[in-house]
Amino acid sequence: MVKFSFVVKDEMGLHARPAGQLVKEAGKCTSKVTIKKGEKSGDAKRIFNVMGLSVKHGDEVEIMVEGEKEEEEAAALEAFVAENI
Amino acid sequence: MKTYVGKPVYHGIAIGQIRILKKEKQNVHRSHIDDVEQELARMENAVEEAKEQLKGLYDKALLEVGESGAAIFEVHQMMLEDQDYQESIQNMIKTQQINAEYAVAVTADNFANMFAMMDDDYMKERAADVRDISERLISILTSAQSEEVNADEPTIVVADDLSPSETVQMDKSKVNSFVTRYGSANSHTAILARTMNVPAIIGLEYDEEIDGKRAIVDGFKGELIVEPDEAVLAEYEEKAAQEAAKKQLLLELKGKETVTLGGRQIRLYANIGGISDLQSVMQNDAAGIGLFRSEFLYLEKDHYPTEEEQFQVYRSVAETMAGKKVIIRTLDIGADKQIDYFNLDKEENPAMGYRAIRICLKQIDIFKTQLRALYRASAYGNIGIMFPMIISLKEVKQIKEIVEEVKAELTEQGASYGEVELGIMIETPAAVMVSEDLAKEVDFFSIGTNDLTQYTLAIDRQNAKLDDIYDSHHPAVLKMIQMTIENGHKGGAWVGICGELGADLTLTDTFVEMGIDELSVSPSCVLPIRKKIREHS
Repeated sequence: MVKFSFVVKDEMGLHARPAGQLVKEAGKCTSKVTIKKGEKSGDAKRIFNVMGLSVKHGDEVEIMVEGEKEEEEAAALEAFVAENI
Repeated sequence: MKTYVGKPVYHGIAIGQIRILKKEKQNVHRSHIDDVEQELARMENAVEEAKEQLKGLYDKALLEVGESGAAIFEVHQMMLEDQDYQESIQNMIKTQQINAEYAVAVTADNFANMFAMMDDDYMKERAADVRDISERLISILTSAQSEEVNADEPTIVVADDLSPSETVQMDKSKVNSFVTRYGSANSHTAILARTMNVPAIIGLEYDEEIDGKRAIVDGFKGELIVEPDEAVLAEYEEKAAQEAAKKQLLLELKGKETVTLGGRQIRLYANIGGISDLQSVMQNDAAGIGLFRSEFLYLEKDHYPTEEEQFQVYRSVAETMAGKKVIIRTLDIGADKQIDYFNLDKEENPAMGYRAIRICLKQIDIFKTQLRALYRASAYGNIGIMFPMIISLKEVKQIKEIVEEVKAELTEQGASYGEVELGIMIETPAAVMVSEDLAKEVDFFSIGTNDLTQYTLAIDRQNAKLDDIYDSHHPAVLKMIQMTIENGHKGGAWVGICGELGADLTLTDTFVEMGIDELSVSPSCVLPIRKKIREHS
């Protein structure tokens, strides 16, 4: 498993649009992608899971990628997150 | 004439005919089904149909309101495809042998409740998105038709609430305002109104009988005036015309350079007092921020704001401005802006007392915290820092020493920072008199005309009795400004004005002739000044 964390820069937190972008990007992965905030976690490929974490501006979020292509997919996700969220 | 009051969420004036959008109440009945497979297939077809509709709406919204407004329909598609949502519906059909409509309605309630219970206003609003996609599915399943707005004359759309699908389906060339009974500042109504640049009011309790009547929407006061009498109507027609002229100005001058007919560029920046002003900075197309008053960070708290709290705000402004100049003024309290936890003594003459840079140079910890936050934020954009209430070269040298200490500490700690322009406010006659020496030490001057006028004329600007002799066009004040510009240039500093005088259209030509490099004014003044400068020969 590969994991990385990031701090949400968007003023509004992980609201509908960035949550949707993340879900879309996670959906491209063959690996299982989990998003975790504090004690709560969810499937990053499911938008209700992601929005259900109620991630706000300044929150630290962890992404865990587990699967055969975890290395490259985690790297792609990390780059995407740094650019967009 | 009858006036209803709500909460304005977007400014403007609109006059038109009221059209109440009534939601076809979708009464969903629970019924037993025998063929589970057939019901699941019916459900699957409805989802496919809904996705097709959403793709259509996305394309329509993309053309009408742009990508950010259209994105919600992409999110709706994802919500429809969400496995938890789908599984919930399918399980209910399978285990309880109930009709798809009912399974969707129950699932919608469950998911909407999850959002409604969140402690975040924005997320609470998303319950409306769940209902929107679910209503779409139910409409498809029951082949119901939704109501559309296709009017011939300017229309004020009134509804309990508006879903994104309803708003995008409207013929927007006719809709000139929105009024809803529910909703919040984050609701789609508010977002759409901002994108369409039309006034909107929420939280307005109305009567059904207003449907079809002529009315005025006052998006400044949050009023819906139904069947206005002639005097009121005339007054608002005038206001609407002024608003239209402003919008026209915006259309003509947005994206244009602030340059005189002779080809001289003037930097036209905006003054802001907090993050919430950024939106109007963008709307009015300022080239940067010439004065960001950092006081609000201190005023809104009951403790000294931490480095991290300040850093987040500065960084977010720097990032939002995306490389455009952001000049942040360090703490300027004392005098008329008191803060409890600073425990400042009451003074006989606070305007000339312990304030601004004088506090920072005595309580260096407070100053350093702010400087560290500012320098860290400078890695994320184009930040400038300016210091208020300067009277001497000694102060400037002391400030620069502290700045060097802060930079050295950050470097040692491995924190990154960018290039930062340092400037000072010129707002005391003393600073004007020694401006030639000061200019050699800093990158820029910003003239604070309000204080400069009060100190030059020795008139307390808080004293209403003296208003008639408080003359900001006094030749002494204008000579001070002229001298500052000349000395600034001699010493290699660029010179701007960030006080109220900078927005005085009767002086714009004078300032340009004096050789001013920058003007920083309140966001709403940016475009009128740009127009004035573009006409300067």
